[in-house]
Amino acid sequence: MKHTLSYSKLLFFLILIGGGQFLMGRTITICPTCDVSSIKQGIASAMEYDTLLIKKGTYNEYNIVIDKPLTLLGEDYPVIDGEDMGEIITIVSDNVTVEGLFIINVGTSYTTDYAAVRVVKSENFLIKHLVLEKLFFGIYLEKANNGKVYHNKIIGDAVDEYNSGNGIQLWYSHHVEVDRNIVQGTRDGIYLEFSDQVTINNNISSDNIRYGLHFMFSNDDTYTNNTFENNGAGVAVMFSKNIRMRNNTFRKNWGTASFGMLLKEINDAEIVGNTFEENTIGINIEGSNRIDYTRNDFINNGWAIKVRGACYTNTFKNNNFLYNSFDISYNSKVNDNIFKENYWSSYTGYDLDKNGIGDAPYRPVKLFSYIVNRTPETIVLLRSLFMDIIDFSEKVSPVFTPDNLMDSSPLMQKTE
Amino acid sequence: MIHIKNLHKRFGKNQVLSGVELSIKSGGIYAILGPNGSGKTTLIKSILGMVIPNAGTINVLDTNIKNHWRYRKEIDYLPQIANFPSNIKVGELIRMIKDLRQKPSEEDRLIGLFGLEPFLDKKLGTLSGGTKQKVNILLTFMFDSPLMILDEPTTGLDPGSLIQLKKLIREEREKGKTLLITSHIMQFVEEVADQIVYLLEGQVYFKGTIEELKQKTDQVDVEHAIAAIAMQTTDA
Amino acid sequence: MLKILKYSFYDLMRSRWSYVYFLFYLALGFVLLFLNNDLSKAVITLMNVIIVLVPLIGTIFGVMYFYNSKEFTELLLAQPLRRSTIFLGQYFGVAGSLTLSLFLGLGIPFVLYGLFRSEAIFNFALLLITGAFLTFIFTALAFNIALSNENRIKGFGYAVLLWLFLAVIYDGLFLLSLIVFEEYPLDTFSLVATMCNPIDLSRTLILLKLDISALLGYTGAVFKKFFGTDFGLLVSLLVLLLWTLLPIWRLAVKSRRKDF
Repeated sequence: MKHTLSYSKLLFFLILIGGGQFLMGRTITICPTCDVSSIKQGIASAMEYDTLLIKKGTYNEYNIVIDKPLTLLGEDYPVIDGEDMGEIITIVSDNVTVEGLFIINVGTSYTTDYAAVRVVKSENFLIKHLVLEKLFFGIYLEKANNGKVYHNKIIGDAVDEYNSGNGIQLWYSHHVEVDRNIVQGTRDGIYLEFSDQVTINNNISSDNIRYGLHFMFSNDDTYTNNTFENNGAGVAVMFSKNIRMRNNTFRKNWGTASFGMLLKEINDAEIVGNTFEENTIGINIEGSNRIDYTRNDFINNGWAIKVRGACYTNTFKNNNFLYNSFDISYNSKVNDNIFKENYWSSYTGYDLDKNGIGDAPYRPVKLFSYIVNRTPETIVLLRSLFMDIIDFSEKVSPVFTPDNLMDSSPLMQKTE
Repeated sequence: MIHIKNLHKRFGKNQVLSGVELSIKSGGIYAILGPNGSGKTTLIKSILGMVIPNAGTINVLDTNIKNHWRYRKEIDYLPQIANFPSNIKVGELIRMIKDLRQKPSEEDRLIGLFGLEPFLDKKLGTLSGGTKQKVNILLTFMFDSPLMILDEPTTGLDPGSLIQLKKLIREEREKGKTLLITSHIMQFVEEVADQIVYLLEGQVYFKGTIEELKQKTDQVDVEHAIAAIAMQTTDA
Repeated sequence: MLKILKYSFYDLMRSRWSYVYFLFYLALGFVLLFLNNDLSKAVITLMNVIIVLVPLIGTIFGVMYFYNSKEFTELLLAQPLRRSTIFLGQYFGVAGSLTLSLFLGLGIPFVLYGLFRSEAIFNFALLLITGAFLTFIFTALAFNIALSNENRIKGFGYAVLLWLFLAVIYDGLFLLSLIVFEEYPLDTFSLVATMCNPIDLSRTLILLKLDISALLGYTGAVFKKFFGTDFGLLVSLLVLLLWTLLPIWRLAVKSRRKDF
């Protein structure tokens, strides 16, 4: 009886330790002078759910494959130098966490998309606090779901599109959270293809040579509170449905073919509370329907909104259009979109009944923008007196611009 | 002093001077007379180089004046209409003309003579026509040049100033200068002129002393003599 | 010539109109900066004003001054002065005082708002230089018109018509030809047409230096490629210079043959 008790005690103790070990794992310390001096060696010797604590130092390694649930934790940002040989870390197992590493020198190839960190067909990953420099692709999620990419800093040095990669790329990856990352100097800052239910929040994507954010064939995604600044062409949202875009800032996307945001074949989206400031074109819309544009600020853009091709049943309400060279540009004479209760800084009407709504409608399409659409060369007459005069006459009695394209209830004050 | 040969000038279709021949010797007062539109002012302006002749030559002080401008240093000109830049003060205008001509001048005596002291600090735009004409005369007479050209000098002057003007003109003659004067006031002409140059239809119709003019026309005073010329020509 | 210039200049500096002009620019500068509080934005707005108003004021001022100083001119003509000296002196007096009003009127508010610590200084300098060019060009054109027309009303009419043509009608014709010939490549044509009109040339020069050039799209890229190079800038400045010198030259020649 007594023995039985002590055996059972021992057994309980063993279970406790073993179970704890099973749940928490061991910690293997890696440092250049330790027994375990390379990450590959560490992974090879680790059991599932172990933690590899990587001490400060430089590790010249590439093709590190994480094939079991592990936590790679860098201390004081150890450097993993891929020496331009190829991919650096490839995650092929579920439940992997990579944190606190400084990864540099990803190999560039024209045939293989080498990444600093790639996740392949895995779930529950967490990629966190990484600093990536001198990269080709940064973080590449390939058919990887339910993970999180959090607070990484990706600094590329891309010059040309053809030999550079994307900062964060999602390909067939659903339910992923991309939060608080800083991406700059890559081809596309963040790229999504065939990825649904993704949340992209609080990222700063700037100075990328193509797009700050690029959606292709991805549905039901949300991006909020991001800043996209000074990218080659801004943000492109293409061939996707049910995208929610809220409170983002699109700034300084200047260039002859540049825009804050491009919408192409987008349906049923909502664009709420964003700021488009100092872009050549605030939003370039092509073939996009049933979109709500609400409470956005368009400030100092060349064109606030440029509508090309067929766009139906869009609603523009409570937006502020402030000091844009052109508020709206249309290339057709047909209008099926609704503009109401927006504030237009160039509105010159009056409000006799003091209800906050101008008594005369505002026509946001200038004749000049109509002419420029027809004959692009005429843009050289921008800001000439002649154009101001004919714009004025068109404003007084519209002939060329769509008749019903107007805001019949323009606000007298900016909306907050 | 002045030699004019075969001077022609046309304004558009209007032939104003057609072959003026005129020779003016040094010293004395020459009155240039003629009916309205006879080309008096045009002749004067041609001599000054303000009107460019279509044909003919003008020599002033033995220089052909064509494309020259320095000879004007030797001419004092009193224009017909005294209109000056309105923002400049009288004193400044005097200083400016002195500055432009760079010649010794005696403006102080003339200012006293015409009582212009109170106006020196006034802008020209605020002056009356008569005062402006006084300033005009002052600007002309303050320099010492051998040739003086006065276009209607009596315009707008009060009797006192007129007397001063005549005095000035005589003084200048005493100095041996040559004066060309146009005027409509025959009494004034009779008083001051030594010689009459009568222009008619763009040519010099008569040149000689007042006495010769009276003899030629059988009249006792200049006014009638001039009128007689006009009559003769209309008769003829 | 310097003496005449000096006197014309003093005369104008004392005239009410110079002050009106100066105060107008002063007020404009302050109001723009007060509303925008951003130097580079204010520069853009200012451009619109400059390319329209500076030529207009230069034209009207030039004609007005020429006619108003007719008797004074005659007074000068009787003085031992070369004719071209008189007219060029007056011309530079007018153009110079207008330019000074422009420089001071706009310069003071911008300097007070910290121009020298701002990056907008180059754009602002370009604005003032084109403004000065436009003043000299249009004053010279106005003098030419006034010199050739004894009739003041006619002279005024022609001068305003000239301004209207270069500021508005020219662009209308330009636009029409762009639309009519839209099937053809129009870059070279646009470039040449822009060069031929000092107002358009100034506007384009300023636009391309400012950020708005991105709005010009493909044509803008062609323009930028031309005007952005040293060669293009040199050619533009030469054209502006030519626009200034030709009327001045004609003024000198015409004045020599003119009767007063």
